[in-house]
Amino acid sequence: MITLVKRPMPSRFWSFTTPVLAVIATMIAGGVLFAILGKDPVAAIKVIFYDPLFGPNAAYFRGQLLVKAGPLILIAAGLAVGFRAGIWNIGAEGQYIIGALAGASVALAAFPAESHWLFPAMVVAGALGGWIWGMIPAVLRVLFGTSEILVSLMLVYVAQSFLAWAAFGPLKNPEGYGFPGSRNLQQYPSAHNPELIAGTGMHWGVVAAFVAVIATYVLMSRHIAGFRIRVAGEAPRAARFAGVLPAKLVMFCLGLSGALAGLAGMFEVAGPSGQITDSFNAGYGFTAIIVAFLGRLNAIGILLAGLLMALTYIGGDMAQLMLGLPTAAIQVFQGMLLFFLLGFDLLTQYRLRVGKGSK
Amino acid sequence: MDRRSFLKTTAATATLAAVGLPVAAADPIKIGFIYVGPVGDMGWSYQHDVARREMETALGGKVVTSFIENVPEGPDAERALTQLALEGNQLIFATSFGFMDATVNVAAKFPNVKFEHATGYKRAENLATYDARFYEGRAVQGTIAGRMTKTNKIGYIGSFPIPEVIQGINAAYIHAKKVNPDVEIKVVWAYSWFDPAKEADAAAALIAEGCDFILQHTDSTAPQAKAQEAGTVFTFGQASDMEAFKPSPRISSTIDNWAPYYIKRAQALVDGNWKSEGTWGGIGTGMVGIGEITSAVPAEVKAEAEALIAKISDGSYHPFTGPLKKQDGSDWLAEGKTPEDAELAGLNFFVEGISAEMPK
Repeated sequence: MITLVKRPMPSRFWSFTTPVLAVIATMIAGGVLFAILGKDPVAAIKVIFYDPLFGPNAAYFRGQLLVKAGPLILIAAGLAVGFRAGIWNIGAEGQYIIGALAGASVALAAFPAESHWLFPAMVVAGALGGWIWGMIPAVLRVLFGTSEILVSLMLVYVAQSFLAWAAFGPLKNPEGYGFPGSRNLQQYPSAHNPELIAGTGMHWGVVAAFVAVIATYVLMSRHIAGFRIRVAGEAPRAARFAGVLPAKLVMFCLGLSGALAGLAGMFEVAGPSGQITDSFNAGYGFTAIIVAFLGRLNAIGILLAGLLMALTYIGGDMAQLMLGLPTAAIQVFQGMLLFFLLGFDLLTQYRLRVGKGSK
Repeated sequence: MDRRSFLKTTAATATLAAVGLPVAAADPIKIGFIYVGPVGDMGWSYQHDVARREMETALGGKVVTSFIENVPEGPDAERALTQLALEGNQLIFATSFGFMDATVNVAAKFPNVKFEHATGYKRAENLATYDARFYEGRAVQGTIAGRMTKTNKIGYIGSFPIPEVIQGINAAYIHAKKVNPDVEIKVVWAYSWFDPAKEADAAAALIAEGCDFILQHTDSTAPQAKAQEAGTVFTFGQASDMEAFKPSPRISSTIDNWAPYYIKRAQALVDGNWKSEGTWGGIGTGMVGIGEITSAVPAEVKAEAEALIAKISDGSYHPFTGPLKKQDGSDWLAEGKTPEDAELAGLNFFVEGISAEMPK
């Protein structure tokens, strides 16, 4: 008989160990899955986790790792701040879209003028767009007590409709033969967010992600605001006595995570993606939720988790190509990662006691 | 491994080596594909994958192929294409419109690798484009629907308001109207190429409005299933034959048949005379296939449809032949005139008589 005993304090040891355990368990369960599909499990795991980093074409894939991880980390860093306070922004995908639309609109309105001010203006517009989209659930929650989880999630679908409308309507490339999609910002030097050093994958969005990691780390561990956020999440009543205003906190957290998601979208549309299309959003906003939890809502953890998640994407594509693994199997594999993480999480809150259960 | 299977394997290897060695040619050429959907979508990506396999068989050992499926359009496509190029693929097919800019970027980085982009319009020295005249199939569908409809209402599930889809709606309407002046066409936009739930909703809405024909420019069989439930509604297979719904509701189909083109292009690569060009194939070249017209279609309608297929196929008839006016009543094509391919490729208006509004 195994019983669970709640720990008086969450275990520090387990909170660092469970992500590693989850990755190992995912590798084992994933290996079993791949074996059932008739593929060599060891080869598959090697292709996914080893080849992108150290394989024959690793020089290219290491750069792509940053391209893929950049937006995930930038979004997750913001989300984690809110999650620590018990404020659940599920709609980063929508904020990402609106940020991209705002940034691209500024660029396309200025086209074809060249100016050094254009890119900074796009950055501001992107952050502002995401911030506004994040503030809608914040204001509704403060004024009417609506659930920010539902409102932020529903706003993703509204944002997607906006995106389709923009791609087919006002932002459509007038020289695109009637095809949907905006001009490609990669061909507009003032608006382009280029690779800063050729072949590294490093662009301003990746730089912003690193800055966000450092800033949220400092905020959460060295700053009074971070202390208030943590208290609000862990002991809401105590926080109220300590004078933490829930309304202010809700607006701060949703505004911050919205702005960072908006920035991520803006850097993406000006850089790797290049254009607004109806399928521009690739699910970064949702995947970032997994990244935030995988990283233990901790800035440094998120940095590592974002890179790991990006690795499974890039390695997953390689496994498809080299081993013929179906994409669904790769998606199951990625899903397992979150499943095992949440499962093992039990160990940080509870102690396992083997033996007779005392009623 | 037990002894017996060991012996068998060894014997087989020895035989293979003995037979294979004298004719051992150069290593097979690697050809790669990226698909926007899963190969199991039974529509667009599935048809490309069928053609890939046919190509591999047809070129018997001279080429080997690999593919990446479910590739999102945008930077992920760029990475997938780069990956294929880095893996040593000599010819890479990017099989969705949304891969266009990614393919252009990667083609510029790998001047020695050949690229082929489906349904796009940007070409380069090492980047060819290919597309099918799906509107030719729509003309056939419009003729059958116009003749057979009892409610005089034809439903059309559009994916996106882009030229390829608009060509199809226009061609279907023009030919339905030609045989039935009272016919109306109702358009619902799914804003997706493949979304069974949305397609089912769209079909249900069109049936509720009294349409007894559903034409679809989306790839799932959900509209077929809805039509089957309704019982009195007919459909056409889209992209693949959708033969599971024969003989009714599916009474014919437009089949994307990429295999002849893929075989031709791979052969050209093997022979060393691959050139970048734009191909727009139709019924005549076999790129657009018309699936069996079933027994649910009256014999005289079937004969009329087959005559139309023959005329389109030998080039004696163009589905867009004037006089034709635009939706706003202004002139488009004068008597007997046909449009240039370049104009068709950018078609962004409905013809006169269609009441549906073009989404903005």
